[in-house]
Amino acid sequence: MTDPAESWGTRHLLGTEGLKADDAVHLLDLAEVFFEVSKRRVRKVPTLRGKTVINLFFEPSTRTRTSFEIAGKRLSADVVNLSGSSSSVSKGESLLDTVKNLEAMRPDILVVRHSASGAPHYVAARTHARVVNAGDGTHEHPTQALLDAFTIRRAKGAIEGLTVAICGDIAHSRVARSNAMLLSTLGANVRFAGPRTLLPPADNAYPVATFDRIEPALEGADVVMVLRIQLERLSGALLPSLREYARLFGLSAARLARAKPDAIVMHPGPINRGVEIDGSIADGPRSVILDQVEAGVAVRMAVLYLLSAEPGQAPLS
Amino acid sequence: MAGEIVERAGGAEKLALVGIRRGGVPIAARLAEHIQELESVRVPVGAVDIALYRDDASTALPKPQIGRSEIPFEVEGHCIVLVDDVLYTGRTVRAALDALLDYGRPQKIELAVLVDRGGRELPIQPDFVVKVTDVGPTDRIDVVADASGFHAVVYPGGSP
Repeated sequence: MTDPAESWGTRHLLGTEGLKADDAVHLLDLAEVFFEVSKRRVRKVPTLRGKTVINLFFEPSTRTRTSFEIAGKRLSADVVNLSGSSSSVSKGESLLDTVKNLEAMRPDILVVRHSASGAPHYVAARTHARVVNAGDGTHEHPTQALLDAFTIRRAKGAIEGLTVAICGDIAHSRVARSNAMLLSTLGANVRFAGPRTLLPPADNAYPVATFDRIEPALEGADVVMVLRIQLERLSGALLPSLREYARLFGLSAARLARAKPDAIVMHPGPINRGVEIDGSIADGPRSVILDQVEAGVAVRMAVLYLLSAEPGQAPLS
Repeated sequence: MAGEIVERAGGAEKLALVGIRRGGVPIAARLAEHIQELESVRVPVGAVDIALYRDDASTALPKPQIGRSEIPFEVEGHCIVLVDDVLYTGRTVRAALDALLDYGRPQKIELAVLVDRGGRELPIQPDFVVKVTDVGPTDRIDVVADASGFHAVVYPGGSP
């Protein structure tokens, strides 16, 4: 039995940086339980009855918002969705005022996505609710990394010792950042590959090996994670053209052949087919892209469940 | 108890056993063996974990351990016997009933326990029970298994 005084991770889930390995593994183990819930006839458990989860999305999102909404509903929480374009934010309300007003309605968990790095941290310091970072600017996207880890563990049995190549626009990618932190914490060897203009500075603090060509990064990889070219975050002349990017960095069958024969291919979505990945690979037998989406609901259920527990009152078993 | 369960169900054809994690799971497995010896029929056996159905879920352990529920048969139409080691407040059984019903609509659910220690807080009673013992709320009962079967051990005052 677990020591009741020992609590899970942190009050909020703002990033994978600093998340301890045993807390991450505990969350992934719980997600296995929730994965089973989604396969039942009644895909819902009463665990978070009476809890309120607000999805506060200041940036467009289909997958992540829907995934958090379904996760909350399968736990019987009341889920409210707010998006930047349809809320008072478009009338000029500040983030602080929005949070203060939502706070007055006593939510238990705020799920925050924002284009500014650090916005969820700002919110977390100003609310009694628990905060989940659902993607902040170019900083972190912890639940994406956790669902990637869950998918890798299911496909490969373990994460420790695997070589994971993360390819594409690393510099702007919160997915790359969160994955690099989490997967190295869990014992994987992480590689970054991308055009020099889209790589983090050479003196970066990530525990990764960096490549400015995709071929050497794929050599012997167990997991190939392809990132979307984020046109909305690319300003100036970082990329000559999408066609050139596809030619030099797109994941083709020939390039994938450098990875291990049983390597899996991942993509956080949305996919630009024919740019960062060939459509035939995205739909191919080694792709686990839709498994990632399925894992997302289970992992987010585990996150909401762990954050909503009120510590200190251990019941009789 | 195995004979009584089969007799009351009018045969083993529709019978299925579901152990409540964690204490009820080995007992359900042992019951299934006894039924197989008696009837030469292997009844389906499952397990439920009630952590997600607790009425105190929001004040649960900060680092909760949840086992997986495994119901490897179609619940619909079966006569299911829920199996647990010790019946006390009845709250665990209430949660297990809710969990089980989320898998489908069984024809009937019955409750089998090794020990009924009294102290009920919900209107729940066992259909099959091996031993009834009235112990105080501070006493602890552990069920231990050995080659000859399961034995209840009472620790007055709660410490072993």
